[in-house]
Amino acid sequence: MRARLLVCALLAVVLAVPASMASAAEQRASLAEIEKQVMCPVCGTLLQLAESPQAQREKAFVKRLIAEGKTEDQIKDALVAEYGEEVLALPPDSGFSLSAYLVPIIAFLIAAVALAIGVWRWRRAGGPKDGGTPRPAGPSGDDADRLDADLARYDL
Amino acid sequence: MAAVAGSTPVVRFSVSTRSFIAVFGVLAVVGLLVFGLLSKGSSRLEIGEAAPTVPLPRLESDGGESLSDYRGKWVLVNFWASWCLPCRAESPALEQFQQRHGGPRFTVLGIDTQDLSGDARAFVEKYGLSYPQLRDGQGDAADDYGTTGVPETFLVDPAGKLRVRAVGPVSEEYLRNEVEPLLPKGAS
Repeated sequence: MRARLLVCALLAVVLAVPASMASAAEQRASLAEIEKQVMCPVCGTLLQLAESPQAQREKAFVKRLIAEGKTEDQIKDALVAEYGEEVLALPPDSGFSLSAYLVPIIAFLIAAVALAIGVWRWRRAGGPKDGGTPRPAGPSGDDADRLDADLARYDL
Repeated sequence: MAAVAGSTPVVRFSVSTRSFIAVFGVLAVVGLLVFGLLSKGSSRLEIGEAAPTVPLPRLESDGGESLSDYRGKWVLVNFWASWCLPCRAESPALEQFQQRHGGPRFTVLGIDTQDLSGDARAFVEKYGLSYPQLRDGQGDAADDYGTTGVPETFLVDPAGKLRVRAVGPVSEEYLRNEVEPLLPKGAS
């Protein structure tokens, strides 16, 4: 019984260590990842694309924080503290900045609804009033006789 | 505006209402574009205009200041950043000018813009800058002044009006010829 417990404990440790290592690896920040998410405020471009002196200082700052073991979020917070929220390539999903995400979605929904109403009204306006398929009116009287004669003459 | 067709209520707009909505929509879009352009582009501050008095945090200590706190004093506002090479070149001239004229009636006021605060403090220490320093991390104050880069320097009179604007680094000679003559005798 004790041997089984020991084996189970060992298995638990063996399985838990890689899981915690993977979790730590996920959380570890990298310059390449952060460069894609923040701006060079002076250049107005992603830090990834910037090579100005200010961008070099910003990259050095990020590298220093990575070396200190800071997480990605902590580094982005530190950049916001230095340069303001405009340093973030994507606005935060809270407060007024949330509108940056919501407005396009709401606008799309409004446009979709307007389009659907427009199509529905257009189809109603173009359709028959009594709900049935309208029968095309054919020639009548002399016209019908002349048409029959013509068709007979050409033997169609 | 609204009418009933058969048993299903259908909202119908008259031609004039639809035209109004279309024109309103176009005007709204154009208005947003114009607003975006105007708020994006920084307008250049002209000589004689009131200098912006946006409050800013101090670089080297807690709390903040605004240019309005210097009302009644001549202020040479210098926008700079530690990563800016010309800013390094002009710093000795500004410090020397402060040493010569700084006092109750005149001061140089540094505004560190779009910079890391640690780098900026190291810069101040390295170049021995004794005049007050404010921090403009987001560059909003620089935008308010209509700067096109760093360094830029503005002389503001005791009434808060802009008197001199210098784009690029200032030299001892420039300060002696362009700024010093405007200061009242014994400004320091």
